[in-house]
Amino acid sequence: MSDLQSPTTGKNGAGTATAGKASEEAPTEATAGADEPTATRRRSLLPQSTLLRHLLVLLIAAVGAVVLLEITDPFTNSQLATLTYYAIAAGGLTVLTGMNGQISLGHGALMAVGAYTTALFLSADEPLPLPLILLAAIVVATAVGALVGVAAARLHGPYLAGATLALAVGLPGLAIYFHDVLGGEQGMRVRAPRAPEVFESFISAVSGNSATNTKWLAYLGAICLLITYFLLANLIRSRIGRTWRAVRDQEVAAELAGINLGAWRVLAFVVSAAAAGLAGGVLALVVRLAAPSGFTLVLSLALLTAIVIGGLGSLLGALLGSALLVFLPPFVTDLGAGWGLDNTEAAQLAPFVYGVVLIVAMIFAPAGVVGTLRMRWLTRQAKRSAAQPSRG
Amino acid sequence: MTAIAAATAASTLAACGGSDDGGGDGGGGGDAGANEASDIGITEDSIKLGAHFPLTGVAAPGYSEIPTGADAYFDCLNEAGGVNGRTIDYIYRDDAYNPTTTSQVVNQLVLEDEVFAIVGGLGTPTHSAVLDFLNSEGVPDLFVSSGSLLWGADPETNPYTFGWQTDYESEGKIIGEYIAENFPDAKVGLFLQDDDFGEDGEAGIRQYIDDQIVAAERYTPGNTNVGPQIAALQAAGADFVVGFNVPSYTALSQLTALQLGYDPQWFYSNVGSDPTLVGNLLNNFSQGQVSDASLLDGALTTDYLPTVDEPDNPWVQEFQRIWDECGGEGELTNYRIYGMAQAYTTVQALQAAGQNPTRDDLVEAIEIAGGDWEGPVLAPFRYSEESHMGTAGMSISRITGDTTEQVEPVQLTDIGDAPIEPYDGEPAEVPENGIPNEESVID
Repeated sequence: MSDLQSPTTGKNGAGTATAGKASEEAPTEATAGADEPTATRRRSLLPQSTLLRHLLVLLIAAVGAVVLLEITDPFTNSQLATLTYYAIAAGGLTVLTGMNGQISLGHGALMAVGAYTTALFLSADEPLPLPLILLAAIVVATAVGALVGVAAARLHGPYLAGATLALAVGLPGLAIYFHDVLGGEQGMRVRAPRAPEVFESFISAVSGNSATNTKWLAYLGAICLLITYFLLANLIRSRIGRTWRAVRDQEVAAELAGINLGAWRVLAFVVSAAAAGLAGGVLALVVRLAAPSGFTLVLSLALLTAIVIGGLGSLLGALLGSALLVFLPPFVTDLGAGWGLDNTEAAQLAPFVYGVVLIVAMIFAPAGVVGTLRMRWLTRQAKRSAAQPSRG
Repeated sequence: MTAIAAATAASTLAACGGSDDGGGDGGGGGDAGANEASDIGITEDSIKLGAHFPLTGVAAPGYSEIPTGADAYFDCLNEAGGVNGRTIDYIYRDDAYNPTTTSQVVNQLVLEDEVFAIVGGLGTPTHSAVLDFLNSEGVPDLFVSSGSLLWGADPETNPYTFGWQTDYESEGKIIGEYIAENFPDAKVGLFLQDDDFGEDGEAGIRQYIDDQIVAAERYTPGNTNVGPQIAALQAAGADFVVGFNVPSYTALSQLTALQLGYDPQWFYSNVGSDPTLVGNLLNNFSQGQVSDASLLDGALTTDYLPTVDEPDNPWVQEFQRIWDECGGEGELTNYRIYGMAQAYTTVQALQAAGQNPTRDDLVEAIEIAGGDWEGPVLAPFRYSEESHMGTAGMSISRITGDTTEQVEPVQLTDIGDAPIEPYDGEPAEVPENGIPNEESVID
């Protein structure tokens, strides 16, 4: 078992330990609450079927996204657009790392694949419809992800980190090597297609705001994000998700149960590569550029940071972690400027505070924001059920 | 001269009037009517300008000093009354030389800070990311800190964007002609950054000495091993190496050549030749074994601005005064002079755009009047309706110890097959307080 799995395992372990002291039957419920869909049996307010429940959440999230995008100013809209592509990629990564226990430092490179695919398709004289282009970005990134996944399935822990690190460092170099097609160091500029008229009438009907291009891109990102998270959430709750967790937690037991470890690992890598490809496509549209300097190792590490801070294996955690990536640096810079620092010093404050937040999170919330909260909640549940021994 | 003096007096009076009023109607002195909030980012008494620079990360050394120079210039300008009674509110944000971040901070500048114009945004890949955005939003995108042809060669596509420094192709042409005339027997090797910087420079230089070039080696930014490239230049027998590279690669190429015992005549293009920065980098990379830029002794380079090693130059003296009075910590450097000179041109543009300019007025003013502006930049700009390219010329000088010595006066040219001609204009005189006095060209 690699180090990387310890936060998640630690979470379950801690839950079990605390619960175990309190009552004999609590452990199963506590662990189940963290990972297993069976825990939903007792929820009465939400629909029984996972699919229906997720559809309901999707609907609420969609309404929430529209409200959020309409009550905020254009700059926040553009920040939310940025948030969507980080969150899509982080969602994919959290499936790989949190659910399947594989680490990847190469997701920035997979995003580059998606971004360049999108840029190439959009640079055609008569570009295809946007959904098809984004689909192409997903397909190409998935193909690359499958290749890497085959190699990755045989590797573990630091070796896997090393292999994917090579991907992160090497792949953007291709853009420089094939500079005639891919634009070299200065990259390919992307002209995002204009918003369709449907969108303009939708916005004027909903809020009467002006349907700017920034808003359109934010909506586009939000749509992609919701679809991705809906699909990933279903996958996590399905047999596939359970198998991934089995592979992550107990290799030997999983293999004895007839699970082909390698194949399932490759599948996890492929799914997460697909998300990274879509994230790259959205990034190219939002940033209006696909350039190697946008896909450095820093991007891959930022994604990893996001899912660790947010809570490994949790889509909500990936979303929260991405929000931190997007909103913290400008917030700190403005705070620094408010304290009378000059612009240069204020800018240098941001990476510092980011580092401090990371360290503090590791010390006080090692399971991430969502993981820690969930653990607290489970501990309380276990204590409560211990206080009522007759039930059960 | 008297006319200039009178104009100075008038503008000073107007400025004083503005401050005496306590900001009521702004700098409404004079007969041109009151200041109005004529467009986004302009109020009765202020103009908001924005910029993106690498303040952190690998590109920060050197480049992060540019906005501090501009900031000092604007501070002194504001103390002297600003432009038409308006003070300049200059906001620069960090993009760490990452295009993704550039897009975010420029969104912030335009949508949240609501600047009137972007001024001096640095870098080719970084600024590329916001080129379409700024032009589609109609935000003036002045004086990009990069010599790419993207900013000025196609004003129809990018009507709001203006270049400022000499483009790399023109620079290549001037270097090529100089070599053809002064080193006709040299075997020339090219050391190029593998992007449009190296490409444009190579295209320019090949127009003049294509037959003299024995090798063209390219490096990828980020890969710090340039041994293969330098060895290939040595093996090809090049005794004259022209580098279109950034400062860190000047230091790397010098150290590598030292290790290989390779000693050609070096010629570094303007971007990579700042002796102070290269000296620091050499010290850094060699872990103290090479402590200053002495390796650069005898190397040739190009200039389009006066530099700190010309303490007698009146512009440098004026910038030194501004830095001492309004600057922050540290010394005046060539990068700070660059920032101040860019700020100077910005003020010329704002003055030419009239008392209550709109964003479109600003662009129109530069197209109409920009070609005639004089200032610290050695050669005139090419601004017109057909071209948004910046300055057109360069001088060539030799680095000797701590100073440079001019070996060829300013030459003028343009992109394409435009000829190279010596510039016969006089160096511009420094106006009072280092503040230009352009007349409004907008009705």
